[in-house]
Amino acid sequence: MKELTLTIRGGVDKDGRPDHIKEIEIHSGEIVAIVGPTGSGKSSLIADIEQFAQGDTPSGRRILIDGREPDLQMRSDPRKKLVAQVSQNMHFLADMSVEEFLRMHAKSRGKDPALAGRVIELANTLTGEPVRPDYPLTILSGGQSRALMTADIAVISDSPIVLIDEIENAGIKKQEALHLLAGEGKIVVVVTHDPMLALMSSRRLVMKNGGMTKVISTTAEEHRVFKDIERVDSWLTGLRETIRQGEVVA
Amino acid sequence: MKLAVVAGTPGSGKTSVLMHTVRDLKKGGHSPALIKIDCMWTEDDARFRRLEVPVTVGLSKDMCPDHFAIYNVDEMLSWAEEKGADVAIAETAGLCLRCAPYPDQCLAVCVIDVTAGPNSPLKVGPLLTTADVAVMTKGDLVSQAEREVFRERILEVNSSCRIVEANGLTGKGAAELAEIIAGWPEISGEMVLRHNPPLAICTLCTGELRVSKNHHRGVLRHLDGFTEYTGE
Ligand SMILES: Nc1nc2c(ncn2[C@@H]2O[C@H](COP(=O)(O)OP(=O)(O)OP(=O)(O)O)[C@@H](O)[C@H]2O)c(=O)[nH]1
Ligand SMILES: Nc1ncnc2c1ncn2[C@@H]1O[C@H](COP(=O)(O)OP(=O)(O)OP(=O)(O)O)[C@@H](O)[C@H]1O
Ligand SMILES: [Mg+2]
Ligand SMILES: [Mg+2]
Ligand SMILES: [Zn+2]
Repeated sequence: MKELTLTIRGGVDKDGRPDHIKEIEIHSGEIVAIVGPTGSGKSSLIADIEQFAQGDTPSGRRILIDGREPDLQMRSDPRKKLVAQVSQNMHFLADMSVEEFLRMHAKSRGKDPALAGRVIELANTLTGEPVRPDYPLTILSGGQSRALMTADIAVISDSPIVLIDEIENAGIKKQEALHLLAGEGKIVVVVTHDPMLALMSSRRLVMKNGGMTKVISTTAEEHRVFKDIERVDSWLTGLRETIRQGEVVA
Repeated sequence: MKLAVVAGTPGSGKTSVLMHTVRDLKKGGHSPALIKIDCMWTEDDARFRRLEVPVTVGLSKDMCPDHFAIYNVDEMLSWAEEKGADVAIAETAGLCLRCAPYPDQCLAVCVIDVTAGPNSPLKVGPLLTTADVAVMTKGDLVSQAEREVFRERILEVNSSCRIVEANGLTGKGAAELAEIIAGWPEISGEMVLRHNPPLAICTLCTGELRVSKNHHRGVLRHLDGFTEYTGE
């Protein structure tokens, strides 16, 4: 995959005061978390990146690719799009089957429509009840929709920059999902309230009142804590599965 | 004078997008004037007035609002001229999808709501197929994949239009639309319609494409509500 650098140039917070962070550069292969209280502007920052804001959003931020303002086609043409996104609100409204939709999406990205089958297969490794090709898109649950979009990004969109908004609430296997989305050498920006996902990243950007207040590099101590969380999480995941399957915890 | 005709199904987000676009046009040193065409009633003028630009309303009453918009283009332009504007922007009612109220020289903008589903671009007809710009709204309510499929569908029916992904709430895409309007050529000479209106009972219905009221017969209602009869 093409190596690139994503630069976020600071703008203003909700009160119009300048971001403390004037500029942050993110390179291919890096996972950066965005953390902060509810309503602090995490999704807005993701939206700035998704649309390659050029001072034309409420935050006034600018997004650069390899140090330059991206050209318009990179912003909008799905065949040239650098960004794939799993957003916070996800339900499908399209009145068509899962397979028909995925085939059409592959076509819009200039990819082989036959990839649809692979997307469904992969989605079913992340979710509980399987998604079938002939299901109407609109009957999928929130978790199934996100699993499908995660697999879609890994297989069809396959863009060098991946933006993820709160994957932990989807009830799907979050760590597997993040690995799938990160692929090989992508830039991953993940909004999260989850300590494990936050510490899985190499740096985290802290949001407050709509502004970017600081960047913290994950410390060695935090990395050790991450290992502990990982153990606790796999224990919890096991428990959740037992309960979901209607069994009794022994 | 430049003319932008902004059409699209009711509630698709025309006014919301225009509120942001007009702000951007003003910031860029332009003087836009707004005309809202509707059938019975509208409150869009009250929203537009908050922008502190000239605003007027034309109600078509019992007539087709698109036909009404078409033969009143001259009146809209001279009203905007009088108000010292350099861009006239008309927001239509967009009810009947059989006709498209776009004169050839205007910037034809079709606002289309992605939550109507990816088949909707196929249903909108000449409103979309003859537009210069398709503005996709409400993308915040669906996934990126669904937006991309929607975009592909628009291109299937109108491969040469420019697509702007906008958000009426946050103002995303408005700056891009403002830039397109600002770069659009001025109107000069007589305008003709891009698309034949459907068969009915007025001069337009019988195939008259020239926009000016001089070429129309029958019961004509002016922008200000004055109704006259011309002909035998
Ligand atoms: N979620 C979301 N809602 C939007 C967006 N754009 C507009 N809306 C909402 O959609 C509704 C209709 O928007 P308007 O701008 O009044 O639509 P319109 O096309 O001018 O409507 P008419 O003039 O009545 O035909 C309002 O409640 C807006 O707040 C958008 O991008 N996202
Ligand atoms: N820099 C900014 N300037 C102006 N408004 C902002 C800015 N950042 C965020 N906002 C506004 O603040 C509100 C909340 O922001 P947002 O939805 O991004 O928060 P969040 O951190 O994602 O919250 P949650 O954790 O609940 O998902 C939104 O209405 C957004 O438009
Ligand atoms: Mg959010
Ligand atoms: Mg309106
Ligand atoms: Zn009509």
